[in-house]
This record gives sequence, C-alpha cells and structure tokens, in this order.
Amino acid sequence: MRSGVTIFPGSNCDRDIIVALKNITGKAPIKMWHKDTEFPNLDLIVIPGGFSFGDYLRCGALAARSPVIKNIKNHISRGGAVLGICNGFQILIEAGILPGSLIRNKKLLFTCRDTMLEIQNTIKSPFLSGLKKEHHLNIPVAHNEGNFFASETLLNELKNDGRIAFKYIKEVNNNTDYNPNGSSNDIAGILSKNGRVLGMMPHPERAINNLYGGTDGLKFLTKSFEQIIG
Amino acid sequence: MKVIVNISLKEGVLDPEGQAIKTSLSNLGFENLNDVRTGKQIILNFVNLEENEAVLEAKKMCEDLLVNSVIEKYKINILRN
Repeated sequence: MRSGVTIFPGSNCDRDIIVALKNITGKAPIKMWHKDTEFPNLDLIVIPGGFSFGDYLRCGALAARSPVIKNIKNHISRGGAVLGICNGFQILIEAGILPGSLIRNKKLLFTCRDTMLEIQNTIKSPFLSGLKKEHHLNIPVAHNEGNFFASETLLNELKNDGRIAFKYIKEVNNNTDYNPNGSSNDIAGILSKNGRVLGMMPHPERAINNLYGGTDGLKFLTKSFEQIIG
Repeated sequence: MKVIVNISLKEGVLDPEGQAIKTSLSNLGFENLNDVRTGKQIILNFVNLEENEAVLEAKKMCEDLLVNSVIEKYKINILRN
C-alpha cells in the first residue's frame, strides 16, 4: 500500500502512525510537509493528531488552509482514502471535507483515557467493512476539542446516510461517564459521502501493542489497510 | 486604519468556558447572571484602503478563515482614531 502522512508544525502523532503503517504494511509512508504540493499517487493519506499551528484561531483552522490540503482534496476526488485522527479530524472539518464542528469538551477538561467504540451500520467503507460490528474497539482519546457539534438536520442526515462510523459506548460495570467530551449522539467518528474519508477522535496508533495497553487499534488499522488495497 | 472583528458563538452552541466563568462569578457573589458567553476579538490593521474597502476585505477574511460559520457569528466595526 502506498501511503502518506501529513506533517504540520505542531503535529505530534506523526511518528506513531508512521511506525504503525510501516509495521503493518511493511512499507514506510512518505512524509507530506504542509508546504509541499507535489506527491506521487497514494492509496491512503493519514492526517495525524497533534496541535497543528498551536491550535491558534480554532483547532485545525490554519492547517486546513495549508498548501498540502489541495493535494488531499485531489486525492479524495480520485477516490483515495483519507484517515484523519484527532487533530486530523479537526483539520478535515475545517477544510470542509467533513461536516459539522468539533468544539470544547463539555467539562472543559483535556481528556486522555481509553474509550470503548461501537461500530455503526454504515455505507460501504474500507475503514469498517473488515470489522465485525459486535466486536467493540478499545481505543484511547486525548483531546480538548472533540465534542462533535452539528445541527439536528445534519445529525439526522449523518445517521440516515450511514455516515456515523463510531459511537462511544458504555462498558459493562463502567461508570456513566463513557462519552469523554459530550459529543452529540456520542459520535466518535464520521465518514464522507463516499465512505473513503474517515475522521475520528480516538487514536488507533496508540493501541497497536500490548505494551501500550491494547491492540484494538492494530486490528482496526490492519483491517482498514487490507480493504483499502483490496 | 483598524477594523475590529468580534466573534462569538451562535445561540444554542454550548459554551463551557462561559458556563465555568458564570459558576466562578456566582461563587464570588455575583448572582444576577442568567448566562455568560465568551468570544474573541481580532484587530486588523489595514494600510492603503478606504473604510468601505477595508470592511469588505474583513468580511471576506471572516468567511475564508476567521469565523467558523457552523458555530460562530461575527460583527465588524471600524476603529476611528
């Protein structure tokens, strides 16, 4: 699989996803500096987590106007897959590639902890079609602005069109605080209309080894990559 | 010439920072508050533009970058010396 990882000033999860991509696919991704515009055709572009441009103005706002974004939009129009993780999700929304908004966490806390994700019934998407819906994914979040906010109209549209990818769910015996940020309808990730762009707040690259506390992220990424090249 | 852009959250958008400020003000004894909303101010210092041109340019800046119209609204004012 030919993949690329964007890097903005303030990206800080780029190395982790590069390691994951290299370990899983056996091939290192290319690094896509935000000012660069010329790249080879790729199967997957990952926009990693971090604090691009120091989260100035709004999270992801300045990154979403960077030169590299034009290349990402061309890649999407060619049917390419894009995965935006955390700040990458914020950037996809700010760039107008995914709808809605990600606002401050309801409790004003930067939340860094495991979350349990339920896979939703969605349109055909390479990110989800290899996974079994009854298997929940334990993947950590780490963010301050992950509270997905949208109009009722948009929330209904996302649900009816099968574009809600993941929801935070309550584990057995877990407390009621299962939604880490207060997001509408417990939404943790959404898809583009064609299912080939996924934005998610949880960090799968932080759950790829038992030393990290779990391997559900590895499972998710491995299945996604199989489907993308398949 | 300076143009001031005031950005605030639309009605109905959760403002947890405003809520936290309200709680803190209540703790200090300020009880006459129904709601507290926060926002931000951006001061644009233009050169070589007439007032109406500067306002138009500021408006375009708001639409292109400064404001997220999903959750925010804005007001543009001219700061006359």
